[in-house]
Amino acid sequence: MLYTEKVMDHFMNPRNVGEIENADGVGEVGNVKCGDIMRIYIKVEGDQIVDVKFKTFGCGSAIAASSVATELIMGKTIDEALALTNKQVIDELGGLPPVKVHCSVLAEQALKAAIYDYATKNALTFKGLEGYDPDEDHHDHDVVDIEF
Amino acid sequence: MKQIYLDYSATTPVKREVVDTMLPYFTEIYGNASSIHGFGQEAKSVLEQSRKSIAETINATPDTFYFTGGGSEADNWALKGVMRANRKKGNHLITSKIEHHGILHTCTALEKEGFEVTYLDVDAEGMVSLEALEAAITDQTVLISIMFINNEIGTMQPVKAIGEIAHKHGVLFHTDAVQAYGNVKIDVNEMNIDLMSVSGHKIYGPKGIGGLYIKKGIRIQNIIEGGAQERNRRAGTENIPGIVGFAKAAVMADENLEAHREKLIYLRDKLANGIMDVIPYAKYNGHPTERHPGNVNICFEFIEGEALLLSLNAKGIAGSSGSACTSGSLDPSHVLLAIGLPHEIAHGSLRLSIGDFTTEEDVEYTIESLKEIVQKLRLMSPLYDKVLKEGK
Repeated sequence: MLYTEKVMDHFMNPRNVGEIENADGVGEVGNVKCGDIMRIYIKVEGDQIVDVKFKTFGCGSAIAASSVATELIMGKTIDEALALTNKQVIDELGGLPPVKVHCSVLAEQALKAAIYDYATKNALTFKGLEGYDPDEDHHDHDVVDIEF
Repeated sequence: MKQIYLDYSATTPVKREVVDTMLPYFTEIYGNASSIHGFGQEAKSVLEQSRKSIAETINATPDTFYFTGGGSEADNWALKGVMRANRKKGNHLITSKIEHHGILHTCTALEKEGFEVTYLDVDAEGMVSLEALEAAITDQTVLISIMFINNEIGTMQPVKAIGEIAHKHGVLFHTDAVQAYGNVKIDVNEMNIDLMSVSGHKIYGPKGIGGLYIKKGIRIQNIIEGGAQERNRRAGTENIPGIVGFAKAAVMADENLEAHREKLIYLRDKLANGIMDVIPYAKYNGHPTERHPGNVNICFEFIEGEALLLSLNAKGIAGSSGSACTSGSLDPSHVLLAIGLPHEIAHGSLRLSIGDFTTEEDVEYTIESLKEIVQKLRLMSPLYDKVLKEGK
């Protein structure tokens, strides 16, 4: 099998699928041409992410990465969520094939985009968003910064 | 769990009768067909009998059929062999944009050798235009290579007419018939075919064996050099078990062709119509009538093909897709792009190919499962979201 059991579990039974009405932040990355788009919604109370949902168009690992990323940040503070890396997403999934590493990057970036949206709407600044460029092309299929 | 194999265009199971025919050639009649002793001569005899059997199925004489290590080798040999042997005549080759990689990558290699290649467009149903084909012929054109049936979308080309145009201009015609052989009746003489690639494992025979039909009198170079096998044209000790199995499969396919076609077409149409009836935002790819009897290719909007395949696999259904994620490249299938599908639609493609062991229950179960899976993935997709909200 191409994927780990953990990836298949998150793909077949994704956690936190859907959307949040009146979300405090929404982030969308990827593009249809490349075949993957991730959208993450967050609900924030104080500095805590109290709810998170996602919708993803993409392959099995894109859906699994979205699912795991939402699980990892549920209930976390904004600063904790901003510290999430694609490496953590991969580890949590028990590994991804090298050609699928970009799916974990998309998950990290979708989350950052959602928090950026929240920060912008509320005129807030977060250390983890310093140097963050929402218009940057997050969609780098060649990213293979995985250490074996 | 029930396992439903709907990927016969990728490969077929080897039929029991074929395996039984092959078995003695591993352990009892194992001689090298080039050897002078009895073991060798027995192998030689069955080799020539197999060649004759296969040649008869395409209305060719045995001395025009050469065994190869498979369809890709046959494609490589036809193109490289003919172009290199006919440099004096010209350096131009015409093919189409929807060929198998066995042809397309061989063309790329030939371009590096200095040959010029024209890649013809196809229409939305995957058909090559005969007018465009004829217009592409120059005084440098040596060979036209157009596939008989496309492996992804199943479209069948007007092979006989293509051959006629080629011959009118003194150009040779090769066809990759790997998907067609055993699924449509082929007569190389009647269809104006000069060279034709075929393969064993697509017709319920073994893998690693194929062949190239080369009409008598055609100048062609060898690509596999070595011993004097295959009348000095293709070196290497003959794969006798493979050849025997290929011949058995070819004869069985030929004898059963009409019933096979009838059954496949019935199930294909039931599957395709069933899916199109219950799943909206879907596009049936390929030609409506001129197509492989077992090929169904459909794009489902708003979802991605690999996710579809994994979900089907979880239900025991085996299919394939032209999405980028299944090809390991960034682009979806070159065939789907060539028929004009935008990237996002091509990413959601599914090929289900039916074969001799497919049942009506398999088809019904697949339609039901697919309906569920597509709905589940769409509800997860931000693209479908937009559609729901806009109420399109």
